[in-house]
Amino acid sequence: MLRFILTRVSLVIPTFLGVTFLTFLLIRLVPGDPIEVRVGERGIPPERLLELRHELGLDRPLWHQFLDYIGGVLQGDLGVSLVTRNSVFSEFVTLFPATLELAALAMLFATVVGLPAGIIAAVRRGSIFDHGVMGISLTGYSMPIFWWGLLLILFFSVGLGWTPVSGRLDLLYYVEPVTGFMLIDTLMAGEYGAFWSALHHLILPMIVLGTVPLAVVARMTRSAMLEVLGEDYIRTAKAKGLAGKRVIGLHALRNALIPVVTVIGLQVGTLLGGAILTETIFSWPGVGKWLIESINRRDYPALQGGVLLIATTVMTVNLLVDVLYGVLNPRIRHSR
Amino acid sequence: MPAMPLLDIKNLSVEFTTRAGTFRAVDGIDLTVDEGEVVGIVGESGSGKSVTSLAVMGLLGSNGTVVADRMHFGGKDLLAMSPSQRRKITGKDVAMVFQEPMTSLNPCFTVGFQIMETLKVHEGLSGKALRNRAIELLEQVGIPAPESRLSAFPHQLSGGMNQRVMIAIAIACNPRLLVADEPTTALDVTIQKQILDLLVRLQKERGMALILITHDMGVVAETAQRVVVMYAGQVAETRPVDALFKAPRHPYTGALLDALPERALGKRRLPTIPGVVPGIGDRPQGCLFNPRCRFATDRCRIERPALFDVDAGKARCFYPLADAPVGAGEVL
Repeated sequence: MLRFILTRVSLVIPTFLGVTFLTFLLIRLVPGDPIEVRVGERGIPPERLLELRHELGLDRPLWHQFLDYIGGVLQGDLGVSLVTRNSVFSEFVTLFPATLELAALAMLFATVVGLPAGIIAAVRRGSIFDHGVMGISLTGYSMPIFWWGLLLILFFSVGLGWTPVSGRLDLLYYVEPVTGFMLIDTLMAGEYGAFWSALHHLILPMIVLGTVPLAVVARMTRSAMLEVLGEDYIRTAKAKGLAGKRVIGLHALRNALIPVVTVIGLQVGTLLGGAILTETIFSWPGVGKWLIESINRRDYPALQGGVLLIATTVMTVNLLVDVLYGVLNPRIRHSR
Repeated sequence: MPAMPLLDIKNLSVEFTTRAGTFRAVDGIDLTVDEGEVVGIVGESGSGKSVTSLAVMGLLGSNGTVVADRMHFGGKDLLAMSPSQRRKITGKDVAMVFQEPMTSLNPCFTVGFQIMETLKVHEGLSGKALRNRAIELLEQVGIPAPESRLSAFPHQLSGGMNQRVMIAIAIACNPRLLVADEPTTALDVTIQKQILDLLVRLQKERGMALILITHDMGVVAETAQRVVVMYAGQVAETRPVDALFKAPRHPYTGALLDALPERALGKRRLPTIPGVVPGIGDRPQGCLFNPRCRFATDRCRIERPALFDVDAGKARCFYPLADAPVGAGEVL
């Protein structure tokens, strides 16, 4: 098991380098450097521009800048934001819980709704429910996140006034961040009103971000269940005289979960990517919104560091999923 | 005259609805099994053996329709039971062992869990009693070091061991009838013998009835008391094993026996039966076996024979074979 984890971790290194290199290169391909963007239309004397560029090290050759950056990263230094002058890492850490809270709830929503929907669709294959679930999930999967988000805001927030349009918490409340997770912080502070407000703010972004994973989980669960339900051991379970609920909910589901968990793990990448759009639509103060702002400001270190940290998160989660896969699947566990 | 048979089936038919139309896999068969009796059901692939057993167990999917004039087990009407009443019998009084031991056990649960599950559901055992009973069962089916095997997963055991586990699950609640559907087909020849001996030993020890489904006439000769030969979803011949092996009455039975290697000693080629069992769209007019039968006459090609009484049993043939051993199935 330890050897398996070490092998996997070593495989992470090329991915790590690739992500760093691509982010580094791509943001520099965007016209306008941090200083030009900041100056805007006001203009700046050319000699002052050169001076500032020199200060930030932007006048050196690209390869030199890249090696410098990598050297820093290897020593655990992601640099400082060109705009706020704060350490990139500390900015990320401050904002990440908001993203994590949103992503976790979206995943929870996707699993809690998608898993039962997929199971029932498989058991009632060919029924109206089955066709309905598959149709809706295909629609959900195909829908652009920003459009879906705007649609929900228009209907529920603007039209019905049920949910707030943006943000994490009503301005009425202030809760001292302890964990950074609003739901937990408000409960710890004993501010139940704030808790409800935080929950209200979460609902729409959660649905928007959870829609694609929900569709994927539902479809994957259905197909995994259909495959498993035709297996010989399901017939054996029935031959034991077990009730249908136990045959489906234990004997079939336990086997069907193996591919489903893998897919859920792979969705974490999609989820964090989707978080960037969702956070922008709902003005959610997380790393997604921060990254978009960093692109607009050409805040090279912030963007590079942010992408790198998100990539690390995704890779870590995938590693955890692989380990969990072994726990779920005895055949894998013993061959490692 | 013994009391009412344990399993009493009259005119059982099973139809499957497919896109191509309805297919009758089992076509009006009668089957009785007495307490403690060993009945062998033989026939080629596609003759309806397995479907019959699944119908008895109530394991056919929703696309299989079971119709019968009578289907009684232990005096109770199986067809009139609700699904939950049926489940109380299934796995307890009637149990089944399947063909593929490697895929018939759930790969995600330990052997112990899968044995104890049956005991928990039907006998309500728990705790130490449950565990001890599971160990005892593994011992009875000849698994060495049964205590440590409880925590093994199916993929850690061989095919023969898995089949022993399947048998342990099947006999866990002392069933009155055990249905074994080709229990040795997927195993090595040496293991086949062991598993067969085990089944026969358990049957004798416990006095349970056994339906042994196989396409191996040799297996039937060694174990069964009565034989049902099936062909294309119908009973071709049913007689006590000695009488059937001494003098088969249906040409199909004769051909099956001639195809046994030990009966073909001295011949250059092993006799075979030309053609295949008729499938969904090519059922012949008249006797279903007539295209493959060397004795078929015009009558056989037009009229469908009923099950006629022959000595000690029944055969579905207008011209039952005489006592003299004839090579009914020799290559034409």
